[in-house]
Amino acid sequence: MFEVIFLQFLNGLDKGAAYALIALGLTLVFGTLGVVNFAHGALFMLGAFCAVLFRQLLTMETVTIDPTQLSPWGQPLEVRAPLVQAWFGDFGAVLVNYSVPASIIITIPIMLVVGIALERGIIKHFYKRPHAEQILVTFGLAIVAQEVIKSFFGPNPIPQPMPTDLRGAADIGAWLGMQANVITYPIWRLVYFLFAGVIIGAVFAFLQFTTFGMVVRAGMADRETVGLLGINIDRRFTIMFGLAAVVAGVAGVMYTPLLPPNYHIGMDFLVLSFVVVVVGGMGSLPGAVAAGFLLGILQSFASMTQVKALIPGIDQIIIYLVAVVILLVLPRGLFGRRGVMEA
Amino acid sequence: MTLLKRGLSRRRVLQTGMAGIIGTGIAPMVFTKGAWAQEFCNNPTGDTVTIGLNLPLTGAYAEEGADEQKAYELAIAHLNGEGDGGLISVLTPTALTGKGILGKKVAFVTSDSQTKSDVARAGATRMIERDGAIMITGGSSSGEAIAVQGLCQELGVIFMAGLTHSNDTTGKDKRRYGFRHFFNAYQSGIGLGPILGQEYGTDRRAYHLTADYTWGWTQEESMKAATEALGWQTAEAVRTPLGAADFSQYLTPVLNSGADVLILNHYGNDMVNSLTQAIQFGMRDREANGKTFEIVVPLFSELMAKGAGENIKGIFGTSNWHWNLQDPGSIAFTKSFGAAYGSPPSQAAHTAYVQTLLYADAVERAGTFYPPEVIKALEGHEFDGMGNGRTLYRAEDHQCMKSILVVRGNENPTSEYDVLNVVQEVDREATTYDPAIFGGDLGPAEPVPLCA
Amino acid sequence: MLAMSRNDILLFLGFTIAVLAMPIWLQPFGAAYPDLLQRFMIFGIFAVGFNILFGLTGYLSFGHAAFFGVGSYTAVWSFKLLSLDAIPAMLFAIAVSGVFALVIGYLSLRRSGIYFSILTLAFAQMSYNLAYSVLTPITNGETGLQLTLADPRHVDRMFGEAMPGQPVPTLLGQSLGGFAGFYFCAGFLIIAFFIAQRITNSPFGMMLKGIKSNQTRMNYTGFNTKPYTLAAFVISGMYAGLAGALLAVTDPLAGAERMQWTASGEVVLMTILGGAGTLVGPVIGAWLIKYFENIFSAINETILARFWDFLPDGLDHAAVVVSSKFVGEGWFLTLGLVFVLIVVFLPGGIMEGVRRIAHLFNRPDKSSPSQGKAAPQPQPAE
Repeated sequence: MFEVIFLQFLNGLDKGAAYALIALGLTLVFGTLGVVNFAHGALFMLGAFCAVLFRQLLTMETVTIDPTQLSPWGQPLEVRAPLVQAWFGDFGAVLVNYSVPASIIITIPIMLVVGIALERGIIKHFYKRPHAEQILVTFGLAIVAQEVIKSFFGPNPIPQPMPTDLRGAADIGAWLGMQANVITYPIWRLVYFLFAGVIIGAVFAFLQFTTFGMVVRAGMADRETVGLLGINIDRRFTIMFGLAAVVAGVAGVMYTPLLPPNYHIGMDFLVLSFVVVVVGGMGSLPGAVAAGFLLGILQSFASMTQVKALIPGIDQIIIYLVAVVILLVLPRGLFGRRGVMEA
Repeated sequence: MTLLKRGLSRRRVLQTGMAGIIGTGIAPMVFTKGAWAQEFCNNPTGDTVTIGLNLPLTGAYAEEGADEQKAYELAIAHLNGEGDGGLISVLTPTALTGKGILGKKVAFVTSDSQTKSDVARAGATRMIERDGAIMITGGSSSGEAIAVQGLCQELGVIFMAGLTHSNDTTGKDKRRYGFRHFFNAYQSGIGLGPILGQEYGTDRRAYHLTADYTWGWTQEESMKAATEALGWQTAEAVRTPLGAADFSQYLTPVLNSGADVLILNHYGNDMVNSLTQAIQFGMRDREANGKTFEIVVPLFSELMAKGAGENIKGIFGTSNWHWNLQDPGSIAFTKSFGAAYGSPPSQAAHTAYVQTLLYADAVERAGTFYPPEVIKALEGHEFDGMGNGRTLYRAEDHQCMKSILVVRGNENPTSEYDVLNVVQEVDREATTYDPAIFGGDLGPAEPVPLCA
Repeated sequence: MLAMSRNDILLFLGFTIAVLAMPIWLQPFGAAYPDLLQRFMIFGIFAVGFNILFGLTGYLSFGHAAFFGVGSYTAVWSFKLLSLDAIPAMLFAIAVSGVFALVIGYLSLRRSGIYFSILTLAFAQMSYNLAYSVLTPITNGETGLQLTLADPRHVDRMFGEAMPGQPVPTLLGQSLGGFAGFYFCAGFLIIAFFIAQRITNSPFGMMLKGIKSNQTRMNYTGFNTKPYTLAAFVISGMYAGLAGALLAVTDPLAGAERMQWTASGEVVLMTILGGAGTLVGPVIGAWLIKYFENIFSAINETILARFWDFLPDGLDHAAVVVSSKFVGEGWFLTLGLVFVLIVVFLPGGIMEGVRRIAHLFNRPDKSSPSQGKAAPQPQPAE
């Protein structure tokens, strides 16, 4: 029984890290710009498709049709030769193998551009508009983004293999000096956990210890005054939006081996990330992280047969149930400030 | 505008014009008495006959839907005497002429069902009411199939089900106007059981992860029955929410549960995700109870196998049909489909194609489109040459009795389509069961309801 | 009609005529077939009801599909257990969804803003997830709740034997298929519209608008706003229940998907697209979205090829390829684009556009900006 609970706890931490990472960008945008961004899920999805695109570029093949041979369904046989391996040899093979983490290289600039363009093009005009309208315009943008992706990549999930060295499960029990082969956990999930930790830590450090972060925090507290001091707060906020897009994008990239991305993956995470943010308290970064872990762990435990035997169907609703209870008991979530988003 | 497909028929103008004038009060009585009597719904009067294709072009089963659509278009072309004629020449007995159905050219309309029962019904209604479809076919989930088949019974239109695997479609929810060529979960159990016993022994403990809705439940039940008959034990059967995406919290308890086989009663994207994640958990590298841990996916298609990539290698499951079968029917269909679309057909495409031909053949044999006569022609009809051996459309539940396949993920695929190996063809005698075990009531064929 | 201004009466009459004549004026658009017309009516009611909450009080609920679903399930159960007659089914559906809305509203209205939205979303998602899985004995899960020959139908059985054939809902023995079903639903839409019109112009409606513009001030003036918002919530929940029941009457199947959050999102889209806070706007939004969903989505390349036929060779092919991205399976992309454009340029929805155009023509002779909310043009924009 101990192993089961320990494993479930570990899994909860892992899920929680993923939730926290997804919610982080959302709460960053809300905290700095005061914009409720329903397109956040779409940014996650665009990030995931950066990985898909990168791999498709890497695995381009030359196709020659060999009319002398026939395929079993009666068509001339197509002979395929991979290009990247042909050009770069072993390095190419390694690159293809590590395509998912490597695609972060292209994801960061792409997402930065997408984020800044979005903010300058549309979101900027919505700072003064009601939250309901912000929700609606970003929701519309999310629909457009996902439909565009659908028309280019098709409606089906596109599996992204993880690097061969990181496949399979790690024997965590053995590391901790317990019996071998009892507590094992997929290596890639551990990688994702570490990755989420690093990104979350970096964002906190950036806001806390850099001048840029200090100005942004000051702007969050009192935008007008900071503006009067002669600081171009608008430009900084634009950069913050780009940063949030990058965080969402790389979260999407690293998630692809766990869940083959399709055009709809963003919407699936959108509701979840909103619940996390609201439970944590709108605009509170520590709140989002804490709520992510809380929901991840609770969801993990609610899925155990023993728990489900007590309350049937609990695993289906636990996330929403926790959200309802927390919001009814703590009006502004775990760490929310008064007066935020209540009108 | 070009949107208006059928133009203003005299009947429509009368109907709508009158309706507008009469208003709410009297209207109900006028129309339901069938004042403009057609002897049955959408009796084709011109020189074409329209078939309604209700396909999931978006949503979880979109890939199956797209493949089905190709097959329908191919079948319709063949019925109209275009292309190479496909399976028309190998169907025995056959009444098909290659000149349409009863001399009328076959046309079709499509609707995206989005893999949702509600939308599927709305689409079917539209095709029947507006486009005048004489028959509805398609669907890629059991919920959809059952919902649409109920509607067709109400309106008096024949429904030829596409890919639907639940026992309920021809069991407790069977309908007089609904017909299914695809096999069902119960037959999967019958087919897969003996092979599992042979490969994995009779002393195994199975852990089920089951999609928490009706199809999942029927398959779990059928698989439990089949494996427990072998002497296996069931360690646990856990229900997972549909579309859970991340199954990790359901997979962790499997590791130390004492089970040594994991049975995934998932389909579509859920199956791709849960299988991929199970393999990431190292399940296939484990040992439990001194045996290698195994994973079984009772129903899979080559499209799902493609989605799961190399994770599918060596995994057992069942299929209705596979393109590399070597009987004349399968060869002819694969060749014809490959020539048209450059890839081999999936099992969904096969069942779609065969259903279209069978309907056309039944109409030809009945000599009329009048649904009760067509139903009579289909019920108890026995035919051969469509790739599943001698097949019977059973009168009691409208389920086809035919051979099915036990398949295994190919370890050394030669192409992206060569993902499955056929391990065994389970013949019709073995997969036949007593229709009474699932209950249900077909309902009457007559009087024929009149649609709008 | 007592105490209705001339404008209101004109609006109501115009609306009634436009609705009843739909089978005629929608003919050229390929939408004049009963099933779609019924949906126009049903989702019109849903949107009108949603607008009573969102348009008047400003509370954005993301969980209204739950009430719609509850209405459908109740109606089908009434068909199964009691009678195939539509009237008791609708009464039960309205009552049950009202009670459901009362409970959810009571809890959710303890918070405001996005917290309220998330609470309603959470309740609706819980309903959906449970209906799909553990509540299957009640909801029949994925398959959807359907009528069968073996249903008890206690009241009907008392009055003699059931008719042979698949049972379908009736009104006093008359079948409600086809155009009869449309006129049945149209009657309810007109009644629903009338009630919404009366509510908007009543003191109660004024109170709700006051809550929207400044709830704190309302509280300070001594009003307890809670009962008013709760009443609005319950009324709009009952509207949703009525719409759900009508959908079950015209098509006796209740599926869980209609409770999913995307379905709640759809009614939000309808209301905003048409114009939140206006009377006609939400209905037009509902019609437009249903039109897109049913007609636009059915356009395929063959139809497009015929449409672009007049272009020279090569160019027509390009036109087909480009336009096919926006119709058929791509209809949702078009909807998303239209929606973004509307929110950016016309925050008041289509009705604001209509008003602006009307204003352009009216400006020379009149400068009075109309009292409160100018009566929107009754003509159903297409």
